[in-house]
Amino acid sequence: MTINFFDNDLTSLHNKLINKELTATELTQATLDNVAHTDEQLNAFISTNPEEALLQAKKIDDAHDFSDILTGLPVGLKDNLATNGIQTTGASRILEGFKPVYDATVVSKLNTAGAVSVGKTNMDEFAMGGSTETSYYKKTTNAWDATKVPGGSSGGSAAAVAGGLVPFALGSDTGGSIRQPAAFNGIVGLKPTYGRVSRWGLFAMASSLDQVGPFTRTVKDNALVLNTIAGFDEKDSTSADRDVPDFTAKLTGNVKGLKIAVPKEYFGEGIDPKVASTVKAAIAQLEALGATVDEVSLPHTKYGVAAYYIIMSSEASSNLQRYDGVRYGFRADDVQNLEDLYVKTRSEGFGDEVKRRIMLGTFSLSAGAYDAFFKKAAKIRTLLIEDFNRVFADYDVIVGPTAPTVAYGIGEEIDDPTAMYLADALTIPVNLAGLPGLSVNAGFVDGLPVGLQIIGKPFDEATVYQTGYAFEQASRLFEQLPKIAKKY
Amino acid sequence: MSETTISKEEVAHVAGLAKLAFNETELEQFTTQLDSILTIFDTLGEVDTEQVEPTYSVTENVNHLRQDVADNWHQKQALLENAPLEAADLIKVPAILDGEGE
Repeated sequence: MTINFFDNDLTSLHNKLINKELTATELTQATLDNVAHTDEQLNAFISTNPEEALLQAKKIDDAHDFSDILTGLPVGLKDNLATNGIQTTGASRILEGFKPVYDATVVSKLNTAGAVSVGKTNMDEFAMGGSTETSYYKKTTNAWDATKVPGGSSGGSAAAVAGGLVPFALGSDTGGSIRQPAAFNGIVGLKPTYGRVSRWGLFAMASSLDQVGPFTRTVKDNALVLNTIAGFDEKDSTSADRDVPDFTAKLTGNVKGLKIAVPKEYFGEGIDPKVASTVKAAIAQLEALGATVDEVSLPHTKYGVAAYYIIMSSEASSNLQRYDGVRYGFRADDVQNLEDLYVKTRSEGFGDEVKRRIMLGTFSLSAGAYDAFFKKAAKIRTLLIEDFNRVFADYDVIVGPTAPTVAYGIGEEIDDPTAMYLADALTIPVNLAGLPGLSVNAGFVDGLPVGLQIIGKPFDEATVYQTGYAFEQASRLFEQLPKIAKKY
Repeated sequence: MSETTISKEEVAHVAGLAKLAFNETELEQFTTQLDSILTIFDTLGEVDTEQVEPTYSVTENVNHLRQDVADNWHQKQALLENAPLEAADLIKVPAILDGEGE
């Protein structure tokens, strides 16, 4: 049998499992077939685990308890989420063959709910990049155009959902790594509030910025997945001890009276004019639905990229010290002594982008540079947070583009790190401030999707989803499918 | 703030701190790239932050404490299976100093 995830959202699949129109085993097998059939083109997965997936599906069928919405539903996991006994590489050579001895908290939560992981998705090495081109293993392509990048760093998860290989996937977002690939692939991606979802078992890049979040084809599906993965975790000291509401509660389609702020800086220099006009048309549609829209200013936006690349690289250089070739993964040959082992393993095991960030971070934290760089960036972070606080005193959500352009060509920007870094300007401030941010499809430019970013107050994902849902239901852009959809 | 530049010697020094080694070509390339990224960093000098407190984390928490009881520690075999080289139930590494025997 075949299954088409373009015609079936999570609720529809769930109902088919309950009504015995479909078994979890059939669904898992059909998903594995989808991957085998389509991933030759997309290269969204680094590895699949058919045996484990089918075994889990059989257990679910035997129990026939579909009380949880996610029971029996297939999922793709970004390859920086630890999966017990299943290779997890972070798309780095230095972790080739590494099998974690535990599950990340989000993975355990999905397992408990009965979701079936079919494989690990491609990404930029250690989530460092915006195009999934820094992966040691393969290059993923955009679901809409095989000559374009899928975005990144969670490009494999985004392409897998947009290409119809899986109904949902998890990614991680440190500076835009969920929202930007969601935008580039025309799907829905959420970076939750910092602390909303446990980071335990997510390979740490920048610990004060990282969050795990869902990729789905629709806003409602996204909220359903967040319902499962959110919540306090004693294993993550930064996890928030707060109640988890039902994130679908405000999906009414109604935004009458909602106060939307549009920062003028998000339409400034560097934004493709066609992207700007597509996003402005989407905002006008929200206004037509009854929301009030005002232009506001977030004056420190232009300093976000510099502050982010200092803070992120500093935290990353420290987090990545653990990869030394001693306890797991790749170890260099022909070494003379222990010091030599560390240096050779790291020099051969890491790719250039990872080395660049380790170098930037080590420099920013070094004697003589700490005050001028690391501490200065932390002060700019305070100013960025104060910008958001001032706007959120009067508004419910902030709306603008997710990325300044649509997906660019594979190989076009990879040799110019400064251009790549500046492309993150619209997503980065959200991570620095710890806010929730959603990307939904706003329309198309030259056949490629444009992302509408919706930013909310801390822990107010429900209003972010409410806004995204109202636009999605009014625009019905999810009905437009990439050519690859004809494969099913 | 004056313009920050980074020399090849400084890049080599930072590489040493980060336990990375570069050949001459890589050193040239990383110096050029890091230098141009530092130009972006320098824009922060435009902002007066004299009276601003730094933010290092946005977490609401201070600390989560738990009972001091050992938990989740019977995993020696599983952990050793990931080690590139093991001997006598331990992870094996090369000598710390040159010339030390086995």
